[in-house]
Parts: sequence; C-alpha cells; structure tokens
Amino acid sequence: MTTTAALQPVIVGAGPAGVRAAQALVVQGLRPVVIDEASRAGGQIYRRPPASLSQRTAAMLYGFEASRANAVHQAFDAMRDRIDYQPDSLVWNAQGGVLDVLHNPTRTTARVPYGQLIVATGATDRVLPVPGWTLPGVYTLGGAQVALKFQGCAIGQRVVFMGTGPLLYLVAYQYAKAGAKVAAVLDTSRLADQLAATPAMLRQPAVFAKGVYYVAWLRAHGVALHSGVRPLRVLGDAQDSRVAGVAWHDGSEERTLACDAVGFGYALRSETQLADLLGCRFEFAPLHRAHLPVRDAAGRSSVRGVYLAGDGAGIMGADAAEWAGERAALALLADRGVAVDTARAAALERKRHKLGGFREGLERAFPLPHDWAAHAPDELVVCRCENITAGTLRQTVAENGADEMNRLKALSRVGMGRCQGRMCGVAAAEILAHATGLPLQQVGRLRGQAPIKPIPIHLAAAPSTEGAGE
Amino acid sequence: MTGRKTVHTDVAIVGGGIVGASAALALRQMGIGVVLLERDLCGSRSSGVNYGGVRRQGRPINQLPLAQRAHRIWGRLRETIGTDGEYLRSGHFKIARSEADMASLERYRAQSRDFDLGLELVSDARLRERCPWLGARAVGGSLCAEDGQANPRLVSPAFALAAQRAGAQIFERHKVDEVAHDGAKFVLRSGNTLEVHAPALLNCAGAWAGPITTEFGEAVPLQSGHPAMAVTEPLPFFMNWSLGVEGGGIYCRQVTRGNLVLGGGGAGVALDADRARSDRDAIASLSAQAIELLPALRHAHFIRTWSGTEGYLPDRQPVLGPSRTTPGLFHGFGFAGAGFQIGPAAGEVLAELVRDGRSSTPIEAFSIERFFPEETTTSPP
Ligand SMILES: Cc1cc2nc3c(=O)[nH]c(=O)nc-3n(C[C@H](O)[C@H](O)[C@H](O)COP(=O)(O)OP(=O)(O)OC[C@H]3O[C@@H](n4cnc5c(N)ncnc54)[C@H](O)[C@@H]3O)c2cc1C
Ligand SMILES: Cc1cc2nc3c(=O)[nH]c(=O)nc-3n(C[C@H](O)[C@H](O)[C@H](O)COP(=O)(O)OP(=O)(O)OC[C@H]3O[C@@H](n4cnc5c(N)ncnc54)[C@H](O)[C@@H]3O)c2cc1C
Repeated sequence: MTTTAALQPVIVGAGPAGVRAAQALVVQGLRPVVIDEASRAGGQIYRRPPASLSQRTAAMLYGFEASRANAVHQAFDAMRDRIDYQPDSLVWNAQGGVLDVLHNPTRTTARVPYGQLIVATGATDRVLPVPGWTLPGVYTLGGAQVALKFQGCAIGQRVVFMGTGPLLYLVAYQYAKAGAKVAAVLDTSRLADQLAATPAMLRQPAVFAKGVYYVAWLRAHGVALHSGVRPLRVLGDAQDSRVAGVAWHDGSEERTLACDAVGFGYALRSETQLADLLGCRFEFAPLHRAHLPVRDAAGRSSVRGVYLAGDGAGIMGADAAEWAGERAALALLADRGVAVDTARAAALERKRHKLGGFREGLERAFPLPHDWAAHAPDELVVCRCENITAGTLRQTVAENGADEMNRLKALSRVGMGRCQGRMCGVAAAEILAHATGLPLQQVGRLRGQAPIKPIPIHLAAAPSTEGAGE
Repeated sequence: MTGRKTVHTDVAIVGGGIVGASAALALRQMGIGVVLLERDLCGSRSSGVNYGGVRRQGRPINQLPLAQRAHRIWGRLRETIGTDGEYLRSGHFKIARSEADMASLERYRAQSRDFDLGLELVSDARLRERCPWLGARAVGGSLCAEDGQANPRLVSPAFALAAQRAGAQIFERHKVDEVAHDGAKFVLRSGNTLEVHAPALLNCAGAWAGPITTEFGEAVPLQSGHPAMAVTEPLPFFMNWSLGVEGGGIYCRQVTRGNLVLGGGGAGVALDADRARSDRDAIASLSAQAIELLPALRHAHFIRTWSGTEGYLPDRQPVLGPSRTTPGLFHGFGFAGAGFQIGPAAGEVLAELVRDGRSSTPIEAFSIERFFPEETTTSPP
C-alpha cells in the first residue's frame, strides 16, 4: 500500500451520498474525515434545522421522505464517533493532494491531506432569470424550501411558485401544508410533456405517485396550477422595493397575479468546482444540459484516488445519491486492496442504472424551456453580482465575436462576481448558445479556480497545517 | 480529400498575444500582408490574464526606449484599437519598506533621468497625508504619475480585432504544428487544415516560442513562470495608484468597480504546458503582504485567484530582434512578466524589422546573440 492510500480517506459533503459513503468505509474499519459546509449532516434534502429549532418532527419536515431522512440521520449519528466529522467547514481549494478548509465558527483555515477523496458536493438551484428577479421577495425554489426546513419560516404570505421541475410542485405543496397561501403554480412545461413522459416515469412508480399526489393535493386545495406558461416578469410595488405580483404569458394572452413572494427555479445544477480544481476531466452530458466530471459506473473520476458521488456529478436525486455514495466507497476500498462485496456493488450499479430511464422521463416532463434565451429581453439582468444584462452579452457576441464561455466572461464580466458563475452560469451559457447559433455543448463551461467561495484575505494568509484528524 | 487551405502572404505570425497582434496591426498600417495563427483565442494567454500594470518605472534602463515608445502608443489607445480597455494613467507608486529601498528608488530616478519618467519621491508626512491607507511598513516611495493600469482581458483581444479590421488574416484555434524554410520562404502547417507560405516569419509564441528557435538551430534557455494573481470582492474605492514594492513581491491596484487586483511571485502551479493556477503558498504570501501594505484589506474577501504562463530567459530580458541563423525570421518573446506595457512597442519594432531590416528603437540588449557568446567572439570583426 502506498503512503497516500494509508492516509484517512476524506469525504466532502454529508448529504445522502456522503453519509452512505462514510458508512461503507466505517464498516470496513476505516475512519474517514467527513467535511461539510453545513452545520448538521443531511445534505440539501434531509437538511436538519439547528438543534435549537428542532421542535418540528421529521414527518413535518420531510413528509413522505421522513423515513428516509430518519434512516440517513440515524446512520450518521450511529457512526458519529467513528468518523472525523468537520461541520461548518468549506473546502475552498484543492492542490497537490491537500484540501484547504475554512472552519466558519472559529474563522480558521486548515490543510487536510488525503490519499483518497470522495466528492459528494451535491447541487444548487438551476436559475433562468426573469425580469424583476432581483426584487426583494424573490427566492429560488431551493432557497424557499431551505427557509421552511431550516428556519421554519415562509418567504411570504401569498406566494407564487414559478419555473419547472419536480421541486416546483413539491415546494408548493410543502408551503401550502405549512399554512402559507400559495397563489399559483406556474409551470413552463406543458401537460403534453408530462403525458409523453409518463411511461418513463412509471419506472419509479412510487416516486411518480408522489408527484401525482402533490399535484392532486394542490388542486384539491384550490391552488391554481397553470402549465405551458412563459414567465414575463416579477412585478414590483410602487417603489420597486418588494415583489407585488407576477406576469406571464399563458399561450394566448398575458396574465398577472398579485403576490408578495416568488419562489422560482428550473430543477438543479451540480456543484462541480471542487471536481474541477481536482483536475477531473469534464464532458458534456446532454441529459443534464451541462458539462460534468466524467466517472465510471463505480464512481471513479479520471483522476486516480478521486471518486464522485451524488448530485455533484449529475442530478439523479437523493436515492441515487445514497447508492452512488456507497458504490464509490466500495470502489475506494477495492482500490486500497480491501475485499468488497462485489454482488452488493453490482446491485447498487444496477439500481442506479435503472434510474436513468426515470431521469430521462423527468427531463421530458419538465424540460428546461429551450426558448428561454430567445425571449429573454435585452434589459434582463443575467448576472446580478456584476449587473450584466442579456443585451450586454449579445452585444459582446456581436461586436467581439465571443463564442465561448470564458471569453464571454473576460469581455463582459458575466460570472466574475462573488458567485463566480454558480448562479448565472447556466443562463449565460443559454444566451451565448442562442446568440451564436452554436449548440450549448460547444460554448463550453466556466473554468473553476480557488477559492470555491469567497474567503477572507487574512485567513488565506495564515494556514495551519494539520494531519487529517489527529 | 483533405480540405487543406493554402495561403500566401508577406508575413506569417505565430501567436496572437499582445506582441503578435500589435505586430500584425503595425504591419497592416504599413500596407504589408499578414497572416496570424493563434492556437487558442487571441489574447487568451499571458496577454489576457496578466495583472494589467502599465508601468515604465522600475524597468531595466535598457528597456526604457521601448517602454517610452509603448507609452506613446498607450496614449492613443482608443484611436489605435477602438477601445480604451479601461486604460488609466492613474499613477504607479513604488513603495519603499526601508531606507535602503528609498535609496535605491533615488538611484533609479537618477539613472532614468534621460527618459522623462517624471518620478517623484514621496516620504514621511507627505506619504501619510497622500496615502493614509498605507500600512506602517511603508516609509516612502516613488510615484510615476503617468504610469497606470489597464484591463488586459479587453486590451489584448482588441489589438487582434484591430489588426483584423485593418486587413490581417487571423486564424484562431489554429495551432502551428510545423514550421520550415524551403529555401525561399517559410511554410507553416496547422493540422490538416491550413498551410501558410510567407517570406517572413515572426515568432511571437510567448512561453511556447522555444520549438521555433530550436527548429532554426538557435535554442535558448526559455522557461515558463506563473505569477500568482488574486482579486477581491468590490470594496469602497480608496486607491487610485497601482502599487508595487521595491524589491518585488507584491503589486496591487483597485479597478473602478472597486475590486482589488493583487499579484506577485513567480510561484504558480503549472497544470500542464499550457495552463497554470495560483499556488496556495503564493496566495498565502500575497495575502500576508497585502494586509501589511494595506491593513484595511484584512476583512476583505478574495473571490478568485488565477495565474498564467509566461516565458522567462535567465537575464529576465526578452528576445527581440532578427534570428541569428535564418534571414526573414524575427523573434519577439520572453518578456519575463513585464511585456504587457511594452508589448505594443515590441510589435511595432518587429514590423519595422520586417520592412526596413532595422529598428528605430535600440534593441541590441535583447538580441538572441547574447546566448551564443563564443560563436560571436569567433566571428570576424
Ligand atoms: C435546495 C435544495 C432542495 C432540495 N429539496 C429536495 C426535496 O425536497 N426532495 C428531493 O427529492 N430532492 C430535493 N433536492 C435534491 C436533493 O437534495 C438531492 O438529490 C440530494 O440531496 C443529493 O444528495 P447529495 O448527497 O448528492 O448532495 P447534497 O444533499 O446536496 O449534499 C451535499 C453536501 O455537500 C456540502 N458541500 C458542497 N460543497 C462543499 C464544499 N466545497 N465544502 C464543504 N461542503 C460542501 C453541502 O453543504 C451539502 O451538505 C433538493 C436540492 C436542493 C439543492
Ligand atoms: C499572471 C501574469 C501577470 C503579469 N503581469 C504583468 C503586468 O502587470 N504588466 C506587464 O507589463 N506584464 C505583465 N505580465 C507579462 C505579460 O502578460 C506578458 O509579457 C505579455 O503578455 C507577453 O505577450 P506575448 O504576446 O509575448 O505572449 P502571450 O500572450 O503568451 O501570447 C503568445 C501566444 O502564442 C500562442 N501560441 C504559442 N504557441 C503557438 C503555436 N504553436 N501555434 C499557434 N499559437 C501559439 C499562445 O496560445 C499565446 O496566445 C504578466 C504575466 C502573467 C502571466
């Protein structure tokens, strides 16, 4: 065994993927380091409120997912003293077999070496902006859900949910259940999309049934559901200091509705910057409309010792994340020379593979509105950190011939602000592809660089070197 | 059938950095035919990712004629390339951290007196009054009010666009895989798609210029370096000057939007032959020095770091001038982390060399001959 393999394995992310990966390593007597930016394990879907706020039951927080949430939380709690858990810790850089980790509460940064590393960094909302989206009171769907799950508060009294994807109806349902008034659900995909996708979706009948249930429940409770819409803008109040309504096109005419908050989004996008810093090879994945780090069926990336699991390597959902986490851990173990249960490994791969058809169904049911870029008005702010509009991007293409994302960024500043393109990157790529007439795949992706999220200068100046978990 | 295209022209240029692109523009202004081949996108390498310092102060004295010539080009940038590229004559302030540093700045002012740099030494009370934001380590400095800064991401591609508008044929995403001289002219091949024939060739391939010199029997000890760069989130505007320190180590400037751009060191990490990132130790050292220099930065955030790949020769001077082996071949590379400011002048010089066989600006110090001393001494007087 090499000396690097002898180091404790490190897992970044304590969502379903990271937790199951850690568990599989612990079973084999290893003591992994688990680093997570959140203060409690669970990841996005099974996010746990702070201990001081946890009066609500799992059933209230996670609904149908309560038993799965409990299972993941319990698995984590049970191995808590057999892992080196570093919560509230952001991995902000990776170089030469060492991670740089910022511990938020103590404002210190440490270096964590690894021989083997499982990247389970999950996802964030996929955003296609609409005029008015920068008004106070507009949230992403995920943000709206986090407010509810983590802080136990709603984003408004009378909320419109807009966009598409499975989260759209789920979050609307969760809000209505929690007692908020849901003014409407505006879905950009059409009923016909959903019908066409039904056979594929029936590959996961239980999941499909849940989706059908949310829609039926919302309808039964008098929530207006509109599909095939084109969001036109979020309306402001007289001072434009807050959301006052939304306007959309329903296929034949323009309509408006009053509300005091908007949750919007178009499913999820993978958090890939760490994989990028680690030097993983990326390829365009048509199903995800994104460039993603490539991996084999077991989760091995193109870089030796680096494994990818969960939504961070492609959006497949929480169940698949659990399977992929465990599978990647088995691959890691096998690469260390540990004898692993190959039948279990094969079964995990089969389950994940089967989900592929369902995922295709989801994309067909809730397609990203492909005409979004064509309709985005010139004055639409695409990048809010730098205040860059769709018009500026188009002008940059027309005048300077930018035909690639990094060139577009260099010339226009899109993606150059605090979020470094995590929020605006998807939309900017759609605009660029549309303006150049090139396929999305060809306009490329923004190159990642440290830090993954902004870090205070004085912390970058004072690293403390630390053996993993000693 | 291969779809190879053959193009005949007067001058072929390898490399679309600021040097190659400004040479192309200058040649077109002389009415000379130009084909430029760039492996990637013009201005996407060193020339597009550098710190953006446009300074003459602190350059070796033998570079000052070139720097002065460049200064005049920068002065009419908008007419030349159609954009101001955020170029500002905001002043470049070189900081002294000791009396010895201060003495060395004074010496430089004396040595450069012929060149009209307008250097002004500032220290003590006047220093505190003019820059209250400076940390205690600074004891003084030297201001060059006419030096400044620009946005390299905008300026360098704009030189290529201007050359193209002036009639240069520019082939981006065309790597030159082979160069040869068939006795009468140079033949450049890019994959199976393009062949360029020209009686003159400019080697402006930056850190990657080595293979061409080797091809023509004049290999030089060119190495790659990777200065570390970092940028903060936008901060309230407080500093006009671009700062450097005597003895090197760190430089920083604040752009109009408020972000501070910091750079220094030669210690990036190369990812491969083409790409590099900032090294963590370099970032740590930059950060520590930045806080010492500008204590207010302590609570600011870095939002991004990066690096680039630049060519360095052992004496940190470029190679600029004719080949020693092959008539019609001219080199312009190895600008050692300081070629953004003088790049446009280097381009003009290369164009003059093609047209006149000589340059109106002294460039003897940059001759490739300096790497072949014994052969030079055996040649007849
Ligand atoms: C806001 C949001 C809400 C969602 N709600 C639902 C839902 O209700 N139902 C549903 O079926 N699916 C939901 N999903 C999708 C679901 O979360 C995922 O399918 C599932 O959580 C994937 O698990 P994972 O382990 O891959 O990643 P995640 O659960 O996303 O976990 C990744 C973890 O990695 C951490 N992390 C990421 N980068 C770093 C870093 N650089 N340093 C340190 N830590 C890092 C994150 O903080 C996070 O805790 C939601 C997704 C999001 C983004
Ligand atoms: C991080 C950093 C900071 C810097 N800061 C400053 C500063 O503040 N001030 C200053 O004055 N200077 C600075 N410099 C130096 C300055 O950027 C360079 O000296 C200058 O840009 C060099 O220009 P160039 O045209 O020679 O090289 P480049 O810009 O590197 O251009 C060479 C081009 O040749 C192309 N090429 C190479 N091989 C081939 C081939 N076979 N076929 C086709 N194309 C090829 C490359 O793709 C490249 O685009 C800095 C450099 C770096 C890296």
